[in-house]
Amino acid sequence: MNNSTSARHKILSNLRDSPVSSEKYPQNITVMKRKCWTDAEKVLQLKSMMEEVHTEVRLCTESDWESTLRTVVKEKGIGQLLYGIKTVLAEQLLNMRQQTPDTMPELFEYEQPIEESKDLLFGIDASITTTRGGIVETGSLILWTTPNEPRLMSLIPPIHIAVLHADTIYNTFWEVVNTEQWNSGMPTNALLISGPSKTADIEQTLVYGVHGCKELVVLLIQ
Amino acid sequence: MNNEVLSAKKFQRDAFSALNDIQLRRNFKRAMDGLMEKRQAVFTDAEKWQQLRELGRSIRASALRKLPDLLEKLESNCRKNGIQVRWAESIDEANALVLEIAQRHDVKSVVKGKSMVSEEMELNHFLEQHGIEALEADLGEYIIQVDHELPSHIIMPAIHKNKDQIAQIFHEKVDAEAHAETAEEMTALARKVLRQKFYEADMGVSGVNFAVAETGTLCLVENEGNGRFCTTLPPVHVAVMGIEKVVERFEDVPPLLSLLTRSATGQAITTYFNMISGARKSEEKDGPHEVHLILLDNGRSRIHSDALLQETLLCIRCGACMNHCPVYSRIGGHAYDTTYPGPIGKILTPQLKGLHKAGHLADASSLCGACVEVCPVKIPITDILLRLRHDKVGDQQTITLAKSGGWKAKIERMVWKSWAMVFSNPKLYRLKSLAIAKMGNLAPDWLPILRNWTSVRSTPRFAKKSLHQMVREEGISDE
Repeated sequence: MNNSTSARHKILSNLRDSPVSSEKYPQNITVMKRKCWTDAEKVLQLKSMMEEVHTEVRLCTESDWESTLRTVVKEKGIGQLLYGIKTVLAEQLLNMRQQTPDTMPELFEYEQPIEESKDLLFGIDASITTTRGGIVETGSLILWTTPNEPRLMSLIPPIHIAVLHADTIYNTFWEVVNTEQWNSGMPTNALLISGPSKTADIEQTLVYGVHGCKELVVLLIQ
Repeated sequence: MNNEVLSAKKFQRDAFSALNDIQLRRNFKRAMDGLMEKRQAVFTDAEKWQQLRELGRSIRASALRKLPDLLEKLESNCRKNGIQVRWAESIDEANALVLEIAQRHDVKSVVKGKSMVSEEMELNHFLEQHGIEALEADLGEYIIQVDHELPSHIIMPAIHKNKDQIAQIFHEKVDAEAHAETAEEMTALARKVLRQKFYEADMGVSGVNFAVAETGTLCLVENEGNGRFCTTLPPVHVAVMGIEKVVERFEDVPPLLSLLTRSATGQAITTYFNMISGARKSEEKDGPHEVHLILLDNGRSRIHSDALLQETLLCIRCGACMNHCPVYSRIGGHAYDTTYPGPIGKILTPQLKGLHKAGHLADASSLCGACVEVCPVKIPITDILLRLRHDKVGDQQTITLAKSGGWKAKIERMVWKSWAMVFSNPKLYRLKSLAIAKMGNLAPDWLPILRNWTSVRSTPRFAKKSLHQMVREEGISDE
């Protein structure tokens, strides 16, 4: 028996020897259910929650999101943009670049494993990803990373542009977990992202852009 | 002298010097006031807050009750996800497991996300002894690491320092050329230095805020992104976690997350909530090739065996108890000389290390109960403090803290026994009252029993007549 196995055995048998209390632990979940917003409120409330923590939320529609993206690219001087592969978004971006190369940055695929893509990710201006949804109560984006849109896309580039569809916005995290039944299976990495990275470790002064992205831009498509 | 007396004396000395350090007092006051205010601002609805903490407490308590089963379930689901699970009874075993993984991969440098269990293990020091660089990547942890200090707060490790003190550290120990003076400049410099380290690191180490048994998921709460770097970029990720951190279901996570971030820093949520359910799959392009989970006991299963003391393990490490503690906010985190300072440290440390080593910490409280009022999982901290004080001097050695003892405890036990005898025997009681009335005021201020009190206060004077006596003289029965 190696150390870990014998430790396992001892720890579990110690725990099993503990007296078992007969106390019941009723779990009243009313407090988790109370928060509810209408569709219109959801968009505004999410926007305001996210803006409170320095996220830029650009409201747009299916027909004008492309021009909103071009505006963001221009304003921020994004010359190179990292995107995932094989998504609808990827196709749209490629089309945009083909049609109007002057108003679109150079596009880079996250195609190779990170071992070969480190310099690409550490050197690029910005990334763009899809999202799985949003959460009003906390002002969060939900990301389930996939082989097409890997984990580091939303972390390393200094600017992260996230595309969020208004019909995927939930009231609370609790609602997401239960409605989507997260207990039935999770991706290797799921994330809630609520703003650009930040710290208050120096004298409690809030500073944005510590290790993760410095700017988070949400294209909220209604 | 035994350990307890030495540590108790050191604690008194350190607390005294902290109290006299104006800068330190100012830094803590500012920080604690700020944190209390922020927390207050997010718990405006008292009824909902009570309901939420009731739910949080139930979730944690029910998980502790099923702890062995949940740990097995967590282990089996993690394995299904490709996470390798190891168990360690002691910190030595846990450190050895980390080292073994590091050596197997020929690791030269490790980047670390903030983790209190790794502090408990003194992992950085251990790895460095074995020639492996272990760098803290949380900004606060990084600051104190380069200054060779230890965290003074479990959420904000560098809270005892002000901006100018930190700027001095950056100037002397990070980059003198950079002239980083404002919080923004220093943060930018740390970003630059640490990004290079993330880029190069061979292994990442993190803690775990919640581990979900039913899905085999490790959850991490953070604002900076260093936790995500440590758990995503290096080829190997090792997560260390106390065995009490497991919860049963995924739906247990949202209420606990909400309680944690609100209680800790008054945030509705942190920037990143990172849920890891496995290593990189063959079709994936990033994430570590190996994820290891080390489950550390280090006394927790012993604490678990006692119904009252077990409540210590409900803790979700938000730090609200320290932010609201009148003792902590005045003496700061370092005076405790423990991994976990403040109220939670006062109950946890003596149980982890034994009363013979850290029993004095249970005395460092006025039992005001501010910690109990704000605790998001309602740990009865003051009851546990009293229990530890009692165990320390009681006749019966309790199961959890068997190593109690030493001559100080014996003396204290004797004093209380005599006290009980005097107060339960009318003749002795009257004799004592008489003695105090006649001789009490002759006791010099420097007597050991008075010294701590009289050094900062005027000496109380005993009345010439006792209340009983005065009442009797008025012709009223004093029975």
